Amino acid sequence: MARVLTLLASLVLALPFQVHAGEVAKPAVKIENPDTQCVAPAEEMRRNHMEVLQHQRNRTLRLGERGAKVSLNGCIECHASKTNGSVIGGKDNFCEACHAYAAVKLDCWDCHQPKAGYKAAAVAQPSGENK
Amino acid sequence: MSAPENKRRAFLAAVGAVAVAPGISLIAPSQAGTAASSAVRFGMLVDTTKCSPGCDACVKACAAENGLVEPIADLRQGSQWIRKIDLVDTATGRQHSLPMMCQHCAKPPCVDVCPTGASFKRADGIVLVDRHICIGCRYCMMACPYKARSFVHQPLTTQNPEVPRGLGCVEACTFCVQRTDRGLAPACADACPQGAMLFGDLNDPQSAIAKRLKEVATTQVRADLKLGTGVRYQGI
Ligand code: SF4
Repeated sequence: MARVLTLLASLVLALPFQVHAGEVAKPAVKIENPDTQCVAPAEEMRRNHMEVLQHQRNRTLRLGERGAKVSLNGCIECHASKTNGSVIGGKDNFCEACHAYAAVKLDCWDCHQPKAGYKAAAVAQPSGENK
Repeated sequence: MSAPENKRRAFLAAVGAVAVAPGISLIAPSQAGTAASSAVRFGMLVDTTKCSPGCDACVKACAAENGLVEPIADLRQGSQWIRKIDLVDTATGRQHSLPMMCQHCAKPPCVDVCPTGASFKRADGIVLVDRHICIGCRYCMMACPYKARSFVHQPLTTQNPEVPRGLGCVEACTFCVQRTDRGLAPACADACPQGAMLFGDLNDPQSAIAKRLKEVATTQVRADLKLGTGVRYQGI
Protein backbone atom coordinates (compact mmCIF):
# COMPACT_ATOMS: atom_id res chain seq x y z
CA MET A 1 0.00 0.00 0.00
CA ALA A 2 2.74 2.36 1.01
CA ARG A 3 4.49 1.71 -2.28
CA VAL A 4 1.38 2.42 -4.25
CA LEU A 5 0.92 5.67 -2.35
CA THR A 6 4.48 6.72 -3.01
CA LEU A 7 4.04 5.90 -6.66
CA LEU A 8 0.82 7.90 -6.79
CA ALA A 9 2.41 10.83 -4.96
CA SER A 10 5.37 10.93 -7.29
CA LEU A 11 3.06 10.77 -10.28
CA VAL A 12 1.00 13.65 -8.95
CA LEU A 13 4.17 15.65 -8.20
CA ALA A 14 5.67 14.90 -11.55
CA LEU A 15 2.54 15.64 -13.52
CA PRO A 16 2.35 19.43 -13.34
CA PHE A 17 6.06 19.68 -14.03
CA GLN A 18 5.79 17.57 -17.15
CA VAL A 19 2.91 19.61 -18.42
CA HIS A 20 4.75 22.88 -17.80
CA ALA A 21 8.07 21.76 -19.19
CA GLY A 22 6.63 21.84 -22.65
CA GLU A 23 4.89 25.15 -22.10
CA VAL A 24 7.53 27.49 -20.71
CA ALA A 25 8.50 29.61 -23.63
CA LYS A 26 12.18 29.82 -24.50
CA PRO A 27 13.49 33.34 -23.92
CA ALA A 28 13.26 35.54 -26.95
CA VAL A 29 16.72 37.05 -27.05
CA LYS A 30 16.71 40.25 -29.01
CA ILE A 31 19.90 40.97 -30.95
CA GLU A 32 20.14 44.73 -31.27
CA ASN A 33 22.94 44.83 -33.84
CA PRO A 34 22.41 41.77 -36.05
CA ASP A 35 24.84 43.02 -38.71
CA THR A 36 27.83 42.89 -36.38
CA GLN A 37 29.93 39.87 -35.48
CA CYS A 38 30.24 38.74 -31.87
CA VAL A 39 33.71 37.89 -30.49
CA ALA A 40 32.80 34.19 -30.79
CA PRO A 41 30.04 32.11 -32.41
CA ALA A 42 26.70 32.37 -30.62
CA GLU A 43 26.73 28.70 -29.64
CA GLU A 44 30.07 29.11 -27.89
CA MET A 45 29.05 32.36 -26.20
CA ARG A 46 25.82 30.79 -24.94
CA ARG A 47 27.75 28.05 -23.16
CA ASN A 48 30.96 29.79 -22.17
CA HIS A 49 30.40 33.53 -21.83
CA MET A 50 30.80 33.35 -18.05
CA GLU A 51 34.19 31.63 -18.29
CA VAL A 52 35.35 34.00 -20.98
CA LEU A 53 34.34 37.00 -18.90
CA GLN A 54 35.81 35.68 -15.68
CA HIS A 55 39.10 34.89 -17.37
CA GLN A 56 39.34 38.36 -18.85
CA ARG A 57 38.22 40.17 -15.71
CA ASN A 58 41.15 38.65 -13.83
CA ARG A 59 43.59 39.60 -16.56
CA THR A 60 42.28 43.13 -16.79
CA LEU A 61 42.01 43.87 -13.09
CA ARG A 62 44.90 41.94 -11.63
CA LEU A 63 47.41 42.13 -14.48
CA GLY A 64 46.32 45.48 -15.88
CA GLU A 65 45.79 44.11 -19.36
CA ARG A 66 43.77 46.49 -21.53
CA GLY A 67 42.38 46.37 -25.02
CA ALA A 68 41.63 42.63 -25.06
CA LYS A 69 39.17 41.19 -27.57
CA VAL A 70 36.74 40.30 -24.79
CA SER A 71 35.41 43.12 -22.65
CA LEU A 72 32.26 43.40 -20.57
CA ASN A 73 31.83 47.02 -21.65
CA GLY A 74 32.13 45.80 -25.24
CA CYS A 75 29.25 43.37 -24.61
CA ILE A 76 27.12 46.17 -23.17
CA GLU A 77 27.80 48.59 -26.00
CA CYS A 78 26.59 46.04 -28.53
CA HIS A 79 23.83 44.28 -26.61
CA ALA A 80 22.16 47.13 -24.69
CA SER A 81 18.51 47.46 -25.62
CA LYS A 82 17.63 50.35 -27.90
CA THR A 83 14.56 50.89 -25.73
CA ASN A 84 16.05 51.44 -22.27
CA GLY A 85 19.74 51.56 -23.18
CA SER A 86 20.56 48.69 -20.84
CA VAL A 87 21.29 44.96 -20.85
CA ILE A 88 18.97 44.49 -17.87
CA GLY A 89 15.65 45.90 -16.70
CA GLY A 90 13.13 43.50 -18.19
CA LYS A 91 12.55 40.17 -19.90
CA ASP A 92 13.43 41.74 -23.25
CA ASN A 93 16.88 42.84 -22.16
CA PHE A 94 19.77 40.79 -23.43
CA CYS A 95 21.22 39.47 -20.16
CA GLU A 96 18.02 39.30 -18.21
CA ALA A 97 16.08 37.38 -20.85
CA CYS A 98 18.10 34.18 -20.42
CA HIS A 99 19.04 34.65 -16.81
CA ALA A 100 15.41 35.03 -15.77
CA TYR A 101 14.55 31.90 -17.76
CA ALA A 102 17.39 29.89 -16.24
CA ALA A 103 16.89 31.44 -12.77
CA VAL A 104 20.57 32.32 -12.51
CA LYS A 105 21.20 35.44 -10.44
CA LEU A 106 23.12 38.20 -12.18
CA ASP A 107 25.69 39.76 -9.87
CA CYS A 108 27.64 41.67 -12.51
CA TRP A 109 25.34 44.67 -12.47
CA ASP A 110 25.65 45.26 -8.73
CA CYS A 111 28.97 46.88 -9.59
CA HIS A 112 29.18 47.21 -13.37
CA GLN A 113 27.20 49.82 -15.25
CA PRO A 114 24.59 48.01 -17.38
CA LYS A 115 23.80 51.01 -19.58
CA ALA A 116 25.62 51.70 -22.84
CA GLY A 117 27.49 54.98 -23.14
CA TYR A 118 26.74 55.94 -19.56
CA LYS A 119 28.55 58.85 -17.91
CA ALA A 120 27.87 59.66 -14.28
CA ALA A 121 26.58 63.21 -13.94
CA ALA A 122 29.28 65.17 -12.16
CA VAL A 123 27.32 66.07 -9.08
CA ALA A 124 29.80 67.55 -6.62
CA GLN A 125 30.19 65.10 -3.78
CA PRO A 126 30.26 66.82 -0.42
CA SER A 127 33.70 66.00 0.89
CA GLY A 128 32.17 64.84 4.16
CA GLU A 129 32.89 65.60 7.77
CA ASN A 130 35.48 62.94 8.00
CA LYS A 131 38.34 65.30 7.21
CA MET B 1 64.14 46.51 -20.69
CA SER B 2 62.88 45.41 -24.10
CA ALA B 3 63.52 47.36 -27.27
CA PRO B 4 59.92 48.40 -28.04
CA GLU B 5 59.65 49.86 -24.57
CA ASN B 6 62.75 51.92 -25.19
CA LYS B 7 61.25 53.22 -28.39
CA ARG B 8 58.11 54.21 -26.59
CA ARG B 9 60.10 56.06 -23.97
CA ALA B 10 62.05 57.90 -26.66
CA PHE B 11 58.83 58.89 -28.36
CA LEU B 12 57.34 60.17 -25.13
CA ALA B 13 60.48 62.11 -24.35
CA ALA B 14 60.16 63.77 -27.76
CA VAL B 15 56.54 64.63 -27.08
CA GLY B 16 57.54 66.06 -23.71
CA ALA B 17 60.10 68.30 -25.39
CA VAL B 18 57.37 69.92 -27.49
CA ALA B 19 55.73 70.92 -24.20
CA VAL B 20 52.39 69.28 -23.66
CA ALA B 21 49.68 71.36 -21.99
CA PRO B 22 50.93 72.41 -18.56
CA GLY B 23 49.99 70.14 -15.69
CA ILE B 24 49.53 67.10 -17.94
CA SER B 25 52.18 64.50 -17.40
CA LEU B 26 52.40 61.84 -20.03
CA ILE B 27 53.37 58.35 -19.05
CA ALA B 28 53.85 55.31 -21.19
CA PRO B 29 50.40 53.85 -21.95
CA SER B 30 49.96 50.12 -21.55
CA GLN B 31 49.48 48.75 -25.06
CA ALA B 32 46.58 46.59 -26.09
CA GLY B 33 47.06 43.15 -24.65
CA THR B 34 50.10 44.07 -22.56
CA ALA B 35 49.97 43.82 -18.80
CA ALA B 36 51.16 46.33 -16.22
CA SER B 37 54.94 46.13 -16.00
CA SER B 38 56.97 45.62 -12.86
CA ALA B 39 59.66 47.80 -14.44
CA VAL B 40 57.34 50.71 -13.64
CA ARG B 41 56.62 52.01 -10.16
CA PHE B 42 53.90 54.61 -10.19
CA GLY B 43 54.06 57.38 -7.63
CA MET B 44 52.99 60.91 -6.92
CA LEU B 45 54.63 63.95 -5.43
CA VAL B 46 52.38 66.48 -3.73
CA ASP B 47 53.87 69.94 -3.33
CA THR B 48 52.04 71.26 -0.27
CA THR B 49 53.61 74.69 -0.68
CA LYS B 50 51.48 75.10 -3.81
CA CYS B 51 48.26 73.51 -2.49
CA SER B 52 45.75 76.15 -1.39
CA PRO B 53 43.59 75.57 1.72
CA GLY B 54 40.19 76.45 0.23
CA CYS B 55 40.64 74.43 -2.94
CA ASP B 56 39.09 71.00 -3.51
CA ALA B 57 39.50 70.73 -7.27
CA CYS B 58 41.25 67.37 -6.87
CA VAL B 59 38.41 65.96 -4.75
CA LYS B 60 35.79 67.09 -7.29
CA ALA B 61 37.79 65.74 -10.22
CA CYS B 62 38.10 62.38 -8.46
CA ALA B 63 34.35 62.22 -7.83
CA ALA B 64 33.56 63.00 -11.48
CA GLU B 65 36.11 60.60 -12.94
CA ASN B 66 35.26 57.72 -10.66
CA GLY B 67 31.51 58.30 -10.48
CA LEU B 68 31.40 59.00 -6.73
CA VAL B 69 28.21 60.93 -7.22
CA GLU B 70 25.50 59.01 -5.40
CA PRO B 71 23.49 61.00 -2.86
CA ILE B 72 24.32 59.87 0.66
CA ALA B 73 21.99 60.28 3.60
CA ASP B 74 24.72 59.99 6.20
CA LEU B 75 27.85 61.81 5.06
CA ARG B 76 30.02 59.72 7.34
CA GLN B 77 29.22 56.77 5.10
CA GLY B 78 30.24 58.49 1.88
CA SER B 79 33.09 57.09 -0.15
CA GLN B 80 36.22 59.17 0.16
CA TRP B 81 38.95 58.30 -2.29
CA ILE B 82 40.74 61.59 -1.72
CA ARG B 83 40.22 64.29 0.89
CA LYS B 84 41.72 67.63 1.79
CA ILE B 85 43.46 68.04 5.12
CA ASP B 86 44.35 71.40 6.65
CA LEU B 87 47.33 71.43 8.98
CA VAL B 88 48.40 74.03 11.52
CA ASP B 89 51.73 74.04 13.29
CA THR B 90 50.60 75.13 16.75
CA ALA B 91 54.09 76.29 17.70
CA THR B 92 54.53 78.66 14.75
CA GLY B 93 51.02 79.12 13.44
CA ARG B 94 52.08 78.03 9.94
CA GLN B 95 49.11 76.65 8.02
CA HIS B 96 49.05 74.44 5.02
CA SER B 97 46.79 72.09 3.20
CA LEU B 98 47.23 68.81 1.38
CA PRO B 99 45.28 66.10 -0.39
CA MET B 100 45.39 62.68 1.29
CA MET B 101 44.54 59.43 -0.45
CA CYS B 102 45.77 55.85 -0.80
CA GLN B 103 49.56 56.10 -0.58
CA HIS B 104 50.06 53.02 -2.78
CA CYS B 105 52.55 51.45 -0.39
CA ALA B 106 55.28 49.12 -1.55
CA LYS B 107 54.35 46.94 1.44
CA PRO B 108 50.63 47.64 1.88
CA PRO B 109 49.14 46.57 5.23
CA CYS B 110 45.72 46.30 3.55
CA VAL B 111 47.11 43.51 1.38
CA ASP B 112 48.68 41.76 4.39
CA VAL B 113 45.44 41.56 6.33
CA CYS B 114 43.00 40.72 3.55
CA PRO B 115 41.66 37.20 4.16
CA THR B 116 40.56 36.62 0.58
CA GLY B 117 43.34 38.13 -1.51
CA ALA B 118 40.97 40.81 -2.79
CA SER B 119 43.28 43.60 -1.66
CA PHE B 120 46.30 43.37 -3.94
CA LYS B 121 49.16 45.28 -5.49
CA ARG B 122 49.56 45.41 -9.25
CA ALA B 123 52.96 44.88 -10.85
CA ASP B 124 53.37 48.63 -11.33
CA GLY B 125 52.75 49.35 -7.63
CA ILE B 126 49.09 50.41 -7.80
CA VAL B 127 47.13 49.00 -4.85
CA LEU B 128 43.61 47.89 -5.74
CA VAL B 129 40.61 45.97 -4.44
CA ASP B 130 39.36 43.04 -6.51
CA ARG B 131 35.68 43.52 -5.84
CA HIS B 132 34.89 40.13 -7.37
CA ILE B 133 36.31 38.47 -4.27
CA CYS B 134 36.06 41.19 -1.60
CA ILE B 135 33.75 39.99 1.16
CA GLY B 136 33.42 43.40 2.76
CA CYS B 137 35.03 42.40 6.05
CA ARG B 138 36.74 45.81 6.27
CA TYR B 139 39.94 44.47 7.85
CA CYS B 140 41.85 46.55 5.31
CA MET B 141 40.09 49.72 6.42
CA MET B 142 41.28 49.08 9.95
CA ALA B 143 44.80 48.23 8.82
CA CYS B 144 45.35 51.34 6.68
CA PRO B 145 47.28 54.01 8.62
CA TYR B 146 46.06 56.67 6.15
CA LYS B 147 42.31 56.03 6.49
CA ALA B 148 42.33 55.74 2.76
CA ARG B 149 39.64 53.13 2.23
CA SER B 150 35.86 53.43 2.22
CA PHE B 151 33.05 50.93 2.35
CA VAL B 152 30.06 51.17 0.04
CA HIS B 153 26.94 51.09 2.22
CA GLN B 154 24.20 51.37 -0.38
CA PRO B 155 23.25 49.93 -3.76
CA LEU B 156 24.67 51.98 -6.62
CA THR B 157 23.35 52.65 -10.10
CA THR B 158 25.50 55.57 -11.22
CA GLN B 159 28.86 53.86 -11.75
CA ASN B 160 31.01 55.04 -14.61
CA PRO B 161 31.48 52.14 -17.04
CA GLU B 162 35.24 52.08 -16.53
CA VAL B 163 34.98 52.24 -12.73
CA PRO B 164 32.84 49.37 -11.46
CA ARG B 165 32.02 49.69 -7.76
CA GLY B 166 29.20 48.51 -5.55
CA LEU B 167 27.47 47.67 -2.35
CA GLY B 168 29.35 45.60 0.20
CA CYS B 169 32.84 46.19 -1.12
CA VAL B 170 35.71 48.30 0.10
CA GLU B 171 37.27 50.78 -2.29
CA ALA B 172 39.94 53.44 -2.47
CA CYS B 173 41.99 55.61 -4.79
CA THR B 174 43.18 53.57 -7.79
CA PHE B 175 45.55 56.24 -9.20
CA CYS B 176 42.73 56.33 -11.81
CA VAL B 177 43.99 53.05 -13.20
CA GLN B 178 41.62 53.39 -16.16
CA ARG B 179 43.53 56.57 -17.08
CA THR B 180 47.07 55.50 -16.22
CA ASP B 181 46.62 52.44 -18.44
CA ARG B 182 45.92 54.85 -21.29
CA GLY B 183 49.00 56.90 -20.49
CA LEU B 184 47.17 59.69 -18.67
CA ALA B 185 47.81 61.03 -15.19
CA PRO B 186 45.13 60.57 -12.49
CA ALA B 187 42.19 62.98 -12.68
CA CYS B 188 43.22 64.81 -9.48
CA ALA B 189 46.70 65.57 -10.78
CA ASP B 190 45.30 66.89 -14.06
CA ALA B 191 42.69 69.01 -12.29
CA CYS B 192 44.95 70.74 -9.75
CA PRO B 193 45.03 74.41 -10.79
CA GLN B 194 48.36 74.88 -8.99
CA GLY B 195 50.06 71.88 -10.58
CA ALA B 196 50.77 70.68 -7.06
CA MET B 197 50.41 66.99 -7.88
CA LEU B 198 53.09 65.40 -10.02
CA PHE B 199 52.44 61.84 -11.17
CA GLY B 200 54.81 59.47 -12.91
CA ASP B 201 57.15 56.51 -12.93
CA LEU B 202 59.52 56.56 -9.95
CA ASN B 203 61.70 53.92 -11.59
CA ASP B 204 62.38 55.96 -14.71
CA PRO B 205 65.27 58.33 -13.93
CA GLN B 206 64.17 60.55 -16.84
CA SER B 207 60.63 61.08 -15.53
CA ALA B 208 59.73 64.51 -14.15
CA ILE B 209 58.83 63.02 -10.78
CA ALA B 210 62.09 61.09 -10.41
CA LYS B 211 64.07 64.19 -11.28
CA ARG B 212 62.16 66.33 -8.79
CA LEU B 213 62.51 63.71 -6.04
CA LYS B 214 66.25 63.80 -6.61
CA GLU B 215 66.34 67.57 -6.15
CA VAL B 216 63.96 68.50 -3.35
CA ALA B 217 63.43 67.22 0.17
CA THR B 218 60.28 65.11 0.33
CA THR B 219 58.54 63.17 3.07
CA GLN B 220 56.56 59.97 3.32
CA VAL B 221 53.69 60.30 5.77
CA ARG B 222 54.28 57.94 8.70
CA ALA B 223 57.67 57.00 7.26
CA ASP B 224 58.32 55.26 10.59
CA LEU B 225 56.04 52.43 9.45
CA LYS B 226 58.43 51.70 6.57
CA LEU B 227 55.63 51.02 4.10
CA GLY B 228 57.45 52.56 1.16
CA THR B 229 54.64 54.85 0.08
CA GLY B 230 54.31 55.71 -3.58
CA VAL B 231 52.91 59.12 -2.65
CA ARG B 232 55.35 61.67 -1.24
CA TYR B 233 54.85 65.15 0.11
CA GLN B 234 56.97 68.24 -0.22
CA GLY B 235 56.86 71.01 2.41
CA ILE B 236 55.27 69.23 5.37
S1 SF4 C 1 37.09 44.34 2.99
FE1 SF4 C 1 37.54 43.18 1.10
S2 SF4 C 1 39.56 43.96 0.43
FE2 SF4 C 1 39.31 44.59 2.58
S3 SF4 C 1 40.29 42.99 3.81
FE3 SF4 C 1 38.10 42.41 3.64
S4 SF4 C 1 37.94 41.09 1.79
FE4 SF4 C 1 39.96 42.13 1.73
